[in-house]
Amino acid sequence: MSNLIAHWNYFLVIALMMIGFYAVIARGNMVKKMVGLTIFQTSVFMLYISMGKVANGTAPILTGDATTLYANPLPHVLILTAIVVGVATTAVGYALIIRVYESYGTIEDDELIKIIEAEENAEASNA
Amino acid sequence: MMQHLPILQVLLPLLGAPLAALLRGRDMAWGLALLLTGAAFLISIILFSQQQMTGETLVYDLGGWPAPIGIVYVIDAASALVLPVISGIAFVATIAARRLVEAEIDARDHALFYAAWLLTIAGMLGQVTTGDAFNIFVFLEISSLSAYALVAMGAGRDRRALPAAFNYLILGTVGATFYVIGLGLLYMLTGTLNLMDLSERLADVQSTRAAFTALAFIALGLFLKMALFPLHFWLVPAYAHAPSAVSALMAATATKVSVYVLIRLVFGVFGIDFPGLADAVGLLVLTLGIAGAFVGTLAAILETDLKKLFAQSSIAQLGYMAIGIGAMSATGLAAAFIHLFNHALMKAALFLAIGAIAAQVGRASMGTIQGAGRQIPLTMTAILVGGLALIGVPLTAGFISKLYLVRALLEQDFWLLAALTFISSALALAYVWKIIEAAWLKERPKGAPVLVETPVHYVPAWLMVIATIGFGIFASPLVDAAYAAAHVFIGGAR
Repeated sequence: MSNLIAHWNYFLVIALMMIGFYAVIARGNMVKKMVGLTIFQTSVFMLYISMGKVANGTAPILTGDATTLYANPLPHVLILTAIVVGVATTAVGYALIIRVYESYGTIEDDELIKIIEAEENAEASNA
Repeated sequence: MMQHLPILQVLLPLLGAPLAALLRGRDMAWGLALLLTGAAFLISIILFSQQQMTGETLVYDLGGWPAPIGIVYVIDAASALVLPVISGIAFVATIAARRLVEAEIDARDHALFYAAWLLTIAGMLGQVTTGDAFNIFVFLEISSLSAYALVAMGAGRDRRALPAAFNYLILGTVGATFYVIGLGLLYMLTGTLNLMDLSERLADVQSTRAAFTALAFIALGLFLKMALFPLHFWLVPAYAHAPSAVSALMAATATKVSVYVLIRLVFGVFGIDFPGLADAVGLLVLTLGIAGAFVGTLAAILETDLKKLFAQSSIAQLGYMAIGIGAMSATGLAAAFIHLFNHALMKAALFLAIGAIAAQVGRASMGTIQGAGRQIPLTMTAILVGGLALIGVPLTAGFISKLYLVRALLEQDFWLLAALTFISSALALAYVWKIIEAAWLKERPKGAPVLVETPVHYVPAWLMVIATIGFGIFASPLVDAAYAAAHVFIGGAR
């Protein structure tokens, strides 16, 4: 039990991670998949950010006092990069969804699969 | 100047990308891409020969900050071997891209196409060179994000490129995120991200459960990126519906870089003595590898579209690389490096030749190549030689790959696996025969569009074909370099 409380941040992260991952795998709607992916990525950001926490540490800005305890800024900096990457991924993903919708008129996986299968069959009979 | 070469070969295409996006005019962006990939190729050849001569590891400190505080770029026997493969194929694919892109992509998008093209190449070169685990993730995402865009650009000709690119994005991002989770665990355990430093500090905590979990996350993420069976479903649609130039570049290089990163992380950081690696992970990779070799080959036999056929065969070939890794020996790793190199050459030859056909008739299938053997003999012969190399026929590079792979398996007394490797390779004959039958044994149907070939169509593919045959006959420099690369990770005699 004490373990659970001491590491509550990790349990939160894993719960969030699985919620996001489940949405990515189980949802057929492309927008919902992207939302799941974003939640999944955010959980990893939180994993990194919470690992940089130092008990009683303050924000890592030099105070001039040698006894000040600082939080570890490195994971935070890494996640700044990862957030930028995540934003770019999200942008590309939604741009693709818009193009798919313009082209196919649907963003549901199962309907897309049906349309694509029909196209492939038509192509195979031409070949 | 010379000491800055390790960073320059990544920096040139990276900085060239925004410049290419701004260029207007028919061939400006292409010319820039050609110039920069050529320069990257030249640099990687220089780095390779330098490394071969001195046998030393070249470490470049970014901004003058030494490791482990700064990010370092490392040119050792392994990265020096993989760099010329990527930049060389990028260069040849860029030569071919001019014609292919003109045929398949809207003229307004050419500048942006070459911008994404340069970015994906820069990302791949960066992944190979960097000695920092988080830097690998950043370059992985640079190359992947631009690859998603490149695949989607196939939409002008084939709208299925869009859902294919989307699925690639979802699975690629999941893979990359798994890698970052594993890295987070490693950072918590060791407090460092430098690969050398990681491997040293990991030795103290290697029997913890967190370390094994980190290995599992990193390996799984990279399995997804390298399209190891059964995590390969994104690959076939992405390669089949992408523009032909993109298919050629990606099929030859993208998954290979992930194989390299897997080797670098698993053997370079965790190390062969890591508890559970040799037995649990080795067995898993061997099983998935041989299963992938069969599934990929059988699926390829059933395909009628040539791009899909050879994309399926890539699954099988990646399976062979996985078998080399799973053998967990120096010979096995050397076989994986040899096959990584050779398969890149073969697949580049195949997809460049297929691209030359697809750019003319929209799609290269068993139907559209019917009787084409007499109409475009050089292009079809390039496909034939590529196919024979995939089987592993002597005098092609594929034979050398299979030879060392079987040798690595026999070294460990994996008789059954060696036999299965042989059988699955022989099965590949079925799909190559299908192509021979369609192209040479059947007449060209009346009214079928006339296929043409001029040097612009076949020279890029033939450069790769000549390399495939060349490395099949004069294999010893490559074999030596591959063993040197393997010995970076696993010690021992040849």
